[in-house]
Amino acid sequence: MSSSSAAVAEAAELESFRREARAWLEANCPPEMRTPVRSEDDYCWGGRNAKFQSEAQRLWLERMGQKGWTVPTWPRDYGGGGLSKEQAKVLQQEMGKLGCRPALWSFGIWMLGPALLRYGNEAQKKEHLPKIARGEIRWCQGYSEPNAGSDLASLGTRAEENGDHFIVNGQKVWTSYADKADWIFCLTRTSPNAPKHLGISFLLFDMTTPGVSTRPILLISGKSPFCETFFDNVKVPAENLVGEKNKGWEVAKYLLAHERDMISGIGDRTSRKPMGVLAADAIGRDAEGRLDDPALRAEIARFEVDEAAFAALMARAGALARAGQIDPAFSSVLKYYGAELNKRRLELRMSVGGADALEWESGRSDEGAVARTWLRTKANSIEGGTSEVQLNIVSKRILNLPGA
Amino acid sequence: MALVLTEEQTMLRDSARGFLAAEAPVAHLRALRDQKDAKGFAPALWQRCTEMGFAGVLVPEAHGGLGLTLTDAAVIAEEIGRTLTPLPFLSTSVLGARLIAESGREDLKGAWLPRIAAGQAVVALALDEAARHRPEKIATTAAASAGGTTLDGEKVLVVDGHVADLLLVVAKLGNGTAVFAVDAKAKGVAIERTIMLDAHNAARVRFSGVSLGREALVAEGEAAAALVERVLDTGRVAIAAELLGAAEEAFARTLAYLKERQQFGRKIGEFQALQHRASMLFCDLELARAALMQAAERMDEGKDARAAVSVAKARCCRTANLAVQEGVQMHGGIGMTDAFEMGFFMKRVRVLQELLGDANYHDNRLATLSGY
Repeated sequence: MSSSSAAVAEAAELESFRREARAWLEANCPPEMRTPVRSEDDYCWGGRNAKFQSEAQRLWLERMGQKGWTVPTWPRDYGGGGLSKEQAKVLQQEMGKLGCRPALWSFGIWMLGPALLRYGNEAQKKEHLPKIARGEIRWCQGYSEPNAGSDLASLGTRAEENGDHFIVNGQKVWTSYADKADWIFCLTRTSPNAPKHLGISFLLFDMTTPGVSTRPILLISGKSPFCETFFDNVKVPAENLVGEKNKGWEVAKYLLAHERDMISGIGDRTSRKPMGVLAADAIGRDAEGRLDDPALRAEIARFEVDEAAFAALMARAGALARAGQIDPAFSSVLKYYGAELNKRRLELRMSVGGADALEWESGRSDEGAVARTWLRTKANSIEGGTSEVQLNIVSKRILNLPGA
Repeated sequence: MALVLTEEQTMLRDSARGFLAAEAPVAHLRALRDQKDAKGFAPALWQRCTEMGFAGVLVPEAHGGLGLTLTDAAVIAEEIGRTLTPLPFLSTSVLGARLIAESGREDLKGAWLPRIAAGQAVVALALDEAARHRPEKIATTAAASAGGTTLDGEKVLVVDGHVADLLLVVAKLGNGTAVFAVDAKAKGVAIERTIMLDAHNAARVRFSGVSLGREALVAEGEAAAALVERVLDTGRVAIAAELLGAAEEAFARTLAYLKERQQFGRKIGEFQALQHRASMLFCDLELARAALMQAAERMDEGKDARAAVSVAKARCCRTANLAVQEGVQMHGGIGMTDAFEMGFFMKRVRVLQELLGDANYHDNRLATLSGY
């Protein structure tokens, strides 16, 4: 077959997959799950103690989980959909067209899964991946510590090998939803005298293991999505070590790149209207129909230029990845820009909201929903590596600047 | 949307880059400037570019061109931007070729497109009339007269105006828009070359009672307004690409300097203050490139690309502006000298920003298109 007829056949196959996917989504996605997400509370995180907002939400997770489409590109053997990247993109497009909500929000999907697929052994993959895919186990990330933030590799949580298990002692912080998670993937120090990057091991353990405790941290948003997590002589089976002992930093970095992709993709997509239109509706228009606040209008327009350019960059990064032409450090570009852009977005939404957005406890402001989101976004340029750390990575890995 | 270059486009890029770096580096522009060259570009060089397909990139194959896409034309424009080479590519091969090709006028196409593709004619678009780009406010008037129309008005920033064979003039006809094809040597046409800060070509053109036959009317009314907007967007993509090329080259030179210049006993590129600025600029360049490719592809798909084009032009303007400012600043004093080439980039980028609307113009256009 010539390359062009192969391409034609491939396109036809993709179109037929598009029709199948659409038919399946139409038959299986409950109507309630085709409405825009209003707030973070609408997300389904799964887990042993999953609280579903509605029967529709439970059913949608069950169906998508069985189909493997919560993780469309993972192999079928591990609970995935076994789709190609092109098919997964088609599925995403069709879900977008129908307005289907994601069935599952999960650190297991975004962070641990990719790392296990690459570094996990067969038993670990068989044990953990299908439960992530079906939303049965909710994971949290044990990375940051009080004295290991941007300098993550200086972490001090100890794991001592003792026969067929490790004994873990120490403390993590900024553990997202640790109080709601079933399992943790955790960076521990197994070789205290080795150089800091060479003494770290990547462990998995059940949060109900004796000696694990969590304490939510009240944030400036008035919410507590993060916890302090304490380990007091926690016994972890040796088989829960991912990759080799003392080589956990490699796994940690690989996972961080996926975390960056996740954070760079965040942003309020609950509304399809441009921010400028929402602002004009709220603030008013001049005789020519323009937002009646010229300086704010100009600032919003400039933001929307950057937002559209960033959307193009995300699409291009995907295309480059599919073509095998992307720099591995490119996730730092996306993370840096995406985080800063999202902070700008919420600064502007606060300006648009004006006095109304300042009401912290009121039905009019939906209990300060915009204000709380605004405050939450301040963490975007801190979590998953600060903006400054991302710029360090770009300097060193992409620009090859000296001594960085 | 592909958003990555095809193999053919990568080859086109590499051959254009190699050719221009060897035959028309920034020194070529400097020589034309210093010699006060009457034409402002080198016809012999343009002939060689024509052999490589630059001139006819957008001319349909039926008229002797390559019939390629705007994405391909943008690849060439970006490379021209890297070397700042003065060529009638934008005026003739992009704006002129596209306007005539989409005019629906077979006689004009037959008369001009083969000459454009062969590099034997220069065509200039006479649109702007004031210091700021305001395509919706045209004062040049075409009044009906016996056997045709009479044209009166003054145009500014007519790129390649003083070397043009044909002027494509946007004017008011009654209450609507019209486009006329005017012989640059016609009676009543006065062309004043303006020496610009970037040493590239531009002219002021005055039309004083220029008598035109019926055949001079290329398009009128709604059709003319739509044609003009589409052609301007084509040009904006090419200008954005040229901006990106100039920005990439300025950045590459600056980055090399950061790795070589020593102060305080170390390379200045070791200082985090400079590293972070360089990295932020790199992010901006990637954003600009993605926006540009998206706009070009949307134009090629024949979709409503207006918003995407404004996003691309605004982003490429701001990014290139930052790139040349950082270029001068990070080079320190040497960046301020005429002997060093960074100043040529700064000047060219200044002009390219103004051409067919700066970043503020396109922010405003996006807001209007979005309905606020």
